[in-house]
Amino acid sequence: MERAKSTTNIYGGRRLYRWLMRYAAQLTFLALLFIVLSLATPVFLTAKNLINVMRQVSTNVFVACGMTLILISGGIDLSIGSVMAMTGMVSAYLSLAGIPFFVCALVGLITGGIAGLVNGFIIANTTMQLFIVTYSTQIILRGMVYVITAAGTLRLTSEAFLNFGGGSLGPIPWPVIYMVAVIILSVLVLNHTRLGRHIYAIGGNPKAAEFAGIDMKQVKTFIYTLSGILSALSGLVLTSRNSSMQPSIAVGFEMDAIAAVVLGGTSMAGGQGAIAGTIIGAFIIGFINNGLTLLRMDSFWQYIVKGVVILIAVYLDFVKSQKLSKA
Amino acid sequence: MGTCLLEMRNIHKRFPGVYVLKGVNLTLNAGEVHAIVGENGAGKSTLINILGGIYPRDEGEILIDGKDAGIDSVLSARRAGISIIHQELVLVPYLSVAENIFINREPLKHGLVDYTTMYSDAQKFIDELGLDIRADERVGGMTVAQQQMVEIIKALSFNARIIVMDEPTSSLTDREIEALFKNIRMLKQHGIGIIYISHRLNELSEIADRVTVLRDGDSVVTRRIDDITNEEIVKYMVGREVTRYYTREFTDPGPVVLEVEGLCSNKVKDVSFSLHAGEILGFSGIVGAGRTETIKALLGLDQKTSGEIRINGRRVDIDKPSDAYALGIGFIPENRREESIFPDNSIRFNLVIEVLKQFIRGIHVNTAKEREITEKYFHMLSIKAPTDETFIKNLSGGNQQKVIIARWLATNTKILIMDEPTRGIDVGAKAEIYELMNKLVKQGIAIIMISSELPEIINMSDRVIVMKEGSITRELGRDEISQENIMKYAV
Repeated sequence: MERAKSTTNIYGGRRLYRWLMRYAAQLTFLALLFIVLSLATPVFLTAKNLINVMRQVSTNVFVACGMTLILISGGIDLSIGSVMAMTGMVSAYLSLAGIPFFVCALVGLITGGIAGLVNGFIIANTTMQLFIVTYSTQIILRGMVYVITAAGTLRLTSEAFLNFGGGSLGPIPWPVIYMVAVIILSVLVLNHTRLGRHIYAIGGNPKAAEFAGIDMKQVKTFIYTLSGILSALSGLVLTSRNSSMQPSIAVGFEMDAIAAVVLGGTSMAGGQGAIAGTIIGAFIIGFINNGLTLLRMDSFWQYIVKGVVILIAVYLDFVKSQKLSKA
Repeated sequence: MGTCLLEMRNIHKRFPGVYVLKGVNLTLNAGEVHAIVGENGAGKSTLINILGGIYPRDEGEILIDGKDAGIDSVLSARRAGISIIHQELVLVPYLSVAENIFINREPLKHGLVDYTTMYSDAQKFIDELGLDIRADERVGGMTVAQQQMVEIIKALSFNARIIVMDEPTSSLTDREIEALFKNIRMLKQHGIGIIYISHRLNELSEIADRVTVLRDGDSVVTRRIDDITNEEIVKYMVGREVTRYYTREFTDPGPVVLEVEGLCSNKVKDVSFSLHAGEILGFSGIVGAGRTETIKALLGLDQKTSGEIRINGRRVDIDKPSDAYALGIGFIPENRREESIFPDNSIRFNLVIEVLKQFIRGIHVNTAKEREITEKYFHMLSIKAPTDETFIKNLSGGNQQKVIIARWLATNTKILIMDEPTRGIDVGAKAEIYELMNKLVKQGIAIIMISSELPEIINMSDRVIVMKEGSITRELGRDEISQENIMKYAV
């Protein structure tokens, strides 16, 4: 075996080159987007706008990181948007009842954790189709939110709550700081723990994972619970930024999460993928959303353009992998 | 044997970075079974894929009945009368036999599928071959042997004159192999030429008329099967004298390391046996006899209804596989692709997956240690791969198996269970694995070897346990091991 090719030099040239090649299509696309938008409108390339984009992207990154782990394991979580709404609702009610924000946030995170735990428990202990399980959770939770709020809006009054997602630490928005923490956590779990390897194994070949003695239940329960907690975090930040909670908040959010992960090169079939790709994917979507808004595009046209752009980005990655397999 | 039906002349084929076929010549007569043998990577699959129109050839000609067959696509190959039955059968499991036979050319009536005609036509083909299957049977529920027959019928329905069979017997029982050979002989009588690819040299003398050996893209020799011995074939395949195919130095067994008493599950009845350090205990029996099921019950993969297991004299409870692995047992399943490998992950990932504890503590990964472990086994087992980052799915069967063996060796296993350890592996790699097994037992490891290959069982085992219909019928000591004895108790 030739040692030199892959295993020497953890830092530096060789590895960085491979990393760049892996995300070549996405990075190129991101760069192009950046350039096009900078030229299309002067507002784009301002500090204010870019910081805003980071703030907006953060809510997707939280759930996309959880979704990355789940997709690598060969699963899917469609309940994310509803968990966000449920968390927003619970914490908003508590906050309006005068309870200190810290407690509201904690309860919110626990709520998300419980929702994720329920998902994880069902998925780990039955052979029910994943799609159906999380889809049902999605509908049930959303329904509960509508019922409990009687479809009304809750306006936040707590300073602390509003500051959580809307405030900043100096020039850096708080959500960006949470985002960095979540990214580090996710990378650690995926690449630096035994659990991370088990996640790849379960997605790569579930039967082989079972035969290898991997505790499938434990792994699955963990990733769905984590996804629930990250959804809760995202729900808190989103509610905070909106300074209010409507029952329709975050509808369809899971699709942007999945899109970010898939754009980043992770396959829905499971077994491979990485957080880095997801982050790039989330920023691609974030820039698209931001660009379309700045260009004052009609929100219905935004749908069309966004869909087309995502299709192009995925196609570029497809072309790249075709070229690589012929090389 | 009849006239020259097919001639492949001077076939060259290059893929990016590798020169696969370097001027291969092959002829096939009507009514002949022409075997092609060669190690993995020798070019067999590429050659037949070119014949089947799946790959274009770079140079060379393919002549049928002396004329250019005009093969440049799968469709044109089909029209020329060529049908390929791949090792991985390409039937649609949820559809019926008839639907599979007529897939993409279903008979139509008024623009809609004419099922009546389809089923009756299919049944006609089936009856011609004298087979006991119904045209409306779902293919997915059939045995591999029956599915193969469906593929043969499909080929015949295309008026195939040349049928290529790639490793047709690897998943068949002995009885099914007999039935297959009977059908092959019948095809021969109809003047059909058959190209037969197999690793099982012992079968060739029974069914083949001529044999061609491929090595590194060259057709090194073509002879009538009666004019060449197995040893000579192996020598041509490997390019050097393979003095020892089976490596086994028999010594006195060590102390008992594993005792199984009264093991029962819903597939296995009252299985009891013991295993000594330094021995290879062979498990023989026809497919479905309960050998793999015994192991699955032992490891907790199947629910066991009763039974006691003792390791080194101490009673142990094994409810799930990780319990067994923690006790020093290792298990190499029979289906690499479905049950062992993580295809889209690197060799390194696959190799170290059972010993993560050795180099991952909490969130700290000791990459140097990981590399050390990987390299150790790369060298020990002579694993051939560009780097350890290569995806395991890109390795040959033999090298994949070595990685899986390494996976368990890394755990310091004392009891290694190998289910069909050399299935689908070429001659060279097989010899290496036998050598390895011998080395392991010399170090005191105990091996349970389930195998359907009688020569393997006979040459490598210290003792043999024969199973039939879920129970042990007989335990054979060293001097009692023979083909007759095993067959006597297996059927």
